[in-house]
Amino acid sequence: MNLNLQKDIFLGFFRAGMLGYGGGPSSIPLVHTEVVKKYKWMTDEEFSDVLALGNSLPGPIITKMGGYIGYRVGGVIGLLNAVLATVLPTVFIMIGLIGTLSRFQDSPVIKGMTQAVAPVVGVMLFSLAYSFAKKAKFDLGWTVTLTLSIFSLIFYQFMNIHPGFIIGVLLLYGLLGGKVKVFTEKEKE
Amino acid sequence: MIIYWQIFLAFFIPAIVGYGGGPAFIPLIRNEVVNTYGWITLEKFAELLAIANSLPGPIATKIGGYIGYQMGGVMGVVVALFALIAPSLLAMLFLLGLLNKFKDSPRVKVMTGLIRPTIAILLGVLAYEFFFRSWVSIGSFHTALLILLSFLLLERWKIHPVYVIVGSLFYGAFLIA
Repeated sequence: MNLNLQKDIFLGFFRAGMLGYGGGPSSIPLVHTEVVKKYKWMTDEEFSDVLALGNSLPGPIITKMGGYIGYRVGGVIGLLNAVLATVLPTVFIMIGLIGTLSRFQDSPVIKGMTQAVAPVVGVMLFSLAYSFAKKAKFDLGWTVTLTLSIFSLIFYQFMNIHPGFIIGVLLLYGLLGGKVKVFTEKEKE
Repeated sequence: MIIYWQIFLAFFIPAIVGYGGGPAFIPLIRNEVVNTYGWITLEKFAELLAIANSLPGPIATKIGGYIGYQMGGVMGVVVALFALIAPSLLAMLFLLGLLNKFKDSPRVKVMTGLIRPTIAILLGVLAYEFFFRSWVSIGSFHTALLILLSFLLLERWKIHPVYVIVGSLFYGAFLIA
């Protein structure tokens, strides 16, 4: 067992969990920062696949991502390590400090803190969205990217169709041999 | 023994029927622990949720861990967290394993290429929801200022998110409260 690697896995997911205010989704850009930018365990492409499949399965998103990435990088121990680092600290706080927390729950200071984090999380999510859109344009070209984006937006936001379903349909289309031009590295140059 | 089985079921069912991440299946968990098993009153659950929301990290596991502990001690925590996390994580490992095995096939390239715009939209909508929530709760001035500052810090000056988030917590504690 590589202790240094396990330490990195723990720290990466600990940070992502402890700084994600506003539920699991707010940790997504933080996991991206740790996994892709800081430790370089994955490329942007792989990360977006993990995110896509995570979104099309039920259950909490961040433990699915953490567990899978931990497993890829550090085996079964890495999986347990990443999941526990994401989940346990706040569970401990919850169990141990519930009395104190319920006293401060209505305090304006706590409220102000959680409120001020929301726009920061928004900016992180937005820049991640932007970098994926840019990558998609690179792989699929403008026309396909824009068409897919507009349809996804309509289905997801205005017709309330679950994203898992949209992703499932797209995956199935590809699986059954649907034709779309995906540019290779060479063609991009 | 029966209590562990009940804890397992109470969190397993919401976790496999609940789509859309933790926040989406809180009502399902509430239904199990308040209505089905009567472990906790509705008021107490609402209080629990409010406290969980003021802490970082995934919501469902905080609720699950706490109720698991109340009903079954340390073992109850283990059972509740396992029920919440393991089923979908195993499915995830299986599906991504398949995808990786065939990652050089042209079909898989098309598959993973096609979902990327959808993921971008999904994240964009999430970003919008955070902005919107903030605009409703702290108004346009604080929201715009925080967006501008965090954008400059994160994207222009490449400061690690840890510092930016901690900075925003201080901003909230002193300038909003």
